[in-house]
Amino acid sequence: MEENKRLVKVPTMAEMAANGEEPEVLFWVGCAGSFDDRYKRVTRAFVQILEHVGVKYAVLGTEESCTGEPAKRAGNEFLFQMQAITNIEVLNAYNIKKIVTACPHCFNTIKNEYPDLGGNYEVIHHSTFLQQLINEGKVKVQGGEAFKGKRITFHDSCYLGRANDIYEAPRDVLAALDADLVEMKRSRANGLCCGAGGAQMFKEPEPGNKDINIERTEEALATLGTGDGVIATACPFCMVMMSDGVKNKEQEESVKVFDIAELIAQAEGLSK
Amino acid sequence: MIQLENIIFLIVAALGIGLFVWQIRKIRKNILIGRDVDRSDNPSERINKTLLVAFGQQKMFKRMLPAVLHLFVYVGFLVINIEVLEIMIDGIFGTHRVLGFLGPFYDGLMAVNEILAALVIVACVIFLWRRNVTKVPRLATGVEMRAWPKMDANVILITEIVLMFALFAFNIADLKLAALNNHTLPGTFPVSSSFVNIFGNDAGTLATIASVGWWIHIIGILAFMNYLPSSKHFHIIMAFPNVYFSKLWPKGKFTTNPAITHEIKAMLDPSYQPPAPEMDAEGNPIVQRFGAKDVEDLTWKQLMDSYTCTECGRCTSVCPANITGKLLSPRKIVMDTRDRMEEKGEHPAIFAPNHYKELGVERVKTTDEKTLLRGYITPEELWACTTCNACVESCPVNIDQLSTIMDLRRYLVLEESAAPASLNAMFTNIENNGAPWAFPSSDRFNWAEELYVPSKN
Repeated sequence: MEENKRLVKVPTMAEMAANGEEPEVLFWVGCAGSFDDRYKRVTRAFVQILEHVGVKYAVLGTEESCTGEPAKRAGNEFLFQMQAITNIEVLNAYNIKKIVTACPHCFNTIKNEYPDLGGNYEVIHHSTFLQQLINEGKVKVQGGEAFKGKRITFHDSCYLGRANDIYEAPRDVLAALDADLVEMKRSRANGLCCGAGGAQMFKEPEPGNKDINIERTEEALATLGTGDGVIATACPFCMVMMSDGVKNKEQEESVKVFDIAELIAQAEGLSK
Repeated sequence: MIQLENIIFLIVAALGIGLFVWQIRKIRKNILIGRDVDRSDNPSERINKTLLVAFGQQKMFKRMLPAVLHLFVYVGFLVINIEVLEIMIDGIFGTHRVLGFLGPFYDGLMAVNEILAALVIVACVIFLWRRNVTKVPRLATGVEMRAWPKMDANVILITEIVLMFALFAFNIADLKLAALNNHTLPGTFPVSSSFVNIFGNDAGTLATIASVGWWIHIIGILAFMNYLPSSKHFHIIMAFPNVYFSKLWPKGKFTTNPAITHEIKAMLDPSYQPPAPEMDAEGNPIVQRFGAKDVEDLTWKQLMDSYTCTECGRCTSVCPANITGKLLSPRKIVMDTRDRMEEKGEHPAIFAPNHYKELGVERVKTTDEKTLLRGYITPEELWACTTCNACVESCPVNIDQLSTIMDLRRYLVLEESAAPASLNAMFTNIENNGAPWAFPSSDRFNWAEELYVPSKN
C-alpha cells in the first residue's frame, strides 16, 4: 500500500501569498480541529477530501487564532471583539473571500458576527461544502468502506441548525452513504443540544439531576436500537459530548461517534 | 329609541375603555424604560412574519392538540368581536341587532358565531382540565408558576366560558321572544335554536334573561379588557407587535456592542478617533453599562417580550438545562423581567408583582437587591444556559429569551468579572495562546504532520 499513497503538504496562506497565489477557499481549522486529539482526525479527514478532489485550498496554520466565540457566549464581549478584530486583520490582509470550516461555532461567528466588525466573507460549513462536492460528482462515495444498511443517526448541532437553519446539508451528505438513516425524536429545529454550547464546554455544569449529554446520548442509543450503530455529528463540541455519553453508557464497542467528514473519507477510501 | 339603559351603557363603556387606555399608557411607559434599538427595517418581511406567526399561528402547530384548541378560541375571539361591535351599536343607539340588514351574510355570521362559541367552551373546558386535572407539566410546574400565574390562567378560562354562556343566554331568550311575538329574528342560530325552550314561555322572564345575558356579555368584555394588562392574556394584543419587531437575522447572530469596538480600535491604533458619546438632556455624556443589570439596561424589545409572554412554558419544556434539572427556566427569565419592570416602573390596575421570596422558593437564592440581576435572576440560572436557541425556536410569539440571558451574563463578566473560575481560565487561555485550552499556539499546525492520501494513478 505504501507506494499508493502520497504525503500531504498542507499549504498555508503565508506560502501562497509569498508565491503570489490565492486559494479558492480558506480552510478555517478552529481550535478543536487544531488541538483536540479526537477532532484532529476530523481535520485530517477533511484535508484528505480536499486533496482528493483537488480543491485549491490553504490554511492559516500558526497564524490562526480563536474566533472568540466561547468568550462571546460566556459574556466576554471585550475579549471576543479583540480576537475578532485581530483575526479580521489577518484575513483581510490575505484578501480572503471564501472560508470553509468544520466547526459550527467558528462558522456562525465568522459568518454572522464578523461582518459588524469589518470581516465580510462567504462562509460555508463543511457539511454544505461536502454536499456540494457530492452533488457535483467530485466525491463519489465509493471505493472505501461500505455503509449500506448501517444504522446512523445524525445529531443536530445548535449552531448549525437552529442558529443558521442548516438541517439538510449534513443529512444529504449522510444519505450519499446509502446507510440506514434514523432520526431521533428531537431532531432538526427541535433537536436537543449536546450540552456544550454557550461556553459550557469549558466549565462544569450547574447543579441538576443529569448531564445534558447523557440525556441526548440516551436518546441517540434508543434510536439506534441494539447492534452496531453510528452517531454522526458535524461539530467538535457535539463530538466530545456524544463520545463521552457513549462511554458513560459503556456502548463504545458497538456505537461509534463520527464526524460526517470522517464517514465520507472512509467511504471514499481515503483513510486507509 | 334611546332610554336610560343606553345612557348607562354609554357611561359603562366609556369608563371601561378609558381605564383600558390609562393602563395601556402605563405599559407603554414601562416598555420605553428600555434602551433604544432600531427595528424599523424590512417592513415587508416583518409584515409577512406577523401574518404567518401571529395571525397564522404558525409556531403553535408544533404541538397539534393545543394548537387546534387554541385556534378555536382565537378564531372565536376574532369572529365573535363582530357581534360585540353590533352589541356596542345596539347599546348606544337602542337598536336591536342592527347588522340584521346584512341578510344572508348576517345569517352566516351568527351561525358561525354560535358554532365557534360552542367550540370555545369545549376548548376552555379542556384547557382547564389540562391545567388542573391532568396537570400538563409545562403548565403546572416550575418555580415561576406561583399562585398568581396559576390563578390568572384559570380566571381567563372561566371568564371566557361565562362570556360564551352569556352570549347563548341572550340569543336563546331573544329567539324565544321573537317566536312568541311571531316575528322572525334576523340570523341563524344553530346552537341556541336547539335550546330555545329552556327558559320557558314567560315574555317578561325572557326579556330579563336576554337583557341580563346581554349586560353580562358586554360588562364581561369590558372587565376582561381591563384585566388583560395584568394578565398573561395580554398576548392577544402584544403578540402582533412583538412578532412584527422580532429578530430577522439568523438566531446565531448575537448583538455586537459598538462602544467596545471603539475602545479596542483606539487601543490597537492610538490615532483612532472614536465618535463622540451621546449626550443626555443636560449635556452630560450617557454612560451605558456593559450588559444588563436591571430592566433599563435591556432594550424596549426585550421588555416588550415580557409583556407578550403567555406563560405557556414551551421554552422551558425544551430547555436542555431545565430538562436535566438545572435551575434555569427561560419562562422565568421573561416573567421576572416583567415583574421587575412593574416593580420599578408603573403597574397596571390589578397586578402587583409577587416575588419568589414571599413564597419562599428555596432553590432560587435571590438577594434583596432591587435589580433584575440577583434580585430576581440568579447567576446560577444564567450560567446554566447552553445558548442553544431551543427556547427562542419554540416560542409561538417570537420572544427572544436568549438575548436577555446573554445581556445579564455580559454584565456579570464585563462589569463584575464574576464569571465562574473555569471560564476565567478559558479567557486567559484565549488571551495568551489564542485557544480556549492551554496549548501553545506554536503547536497549532501539528495536526498536519504525517498526513497521507491515496495517490491517483
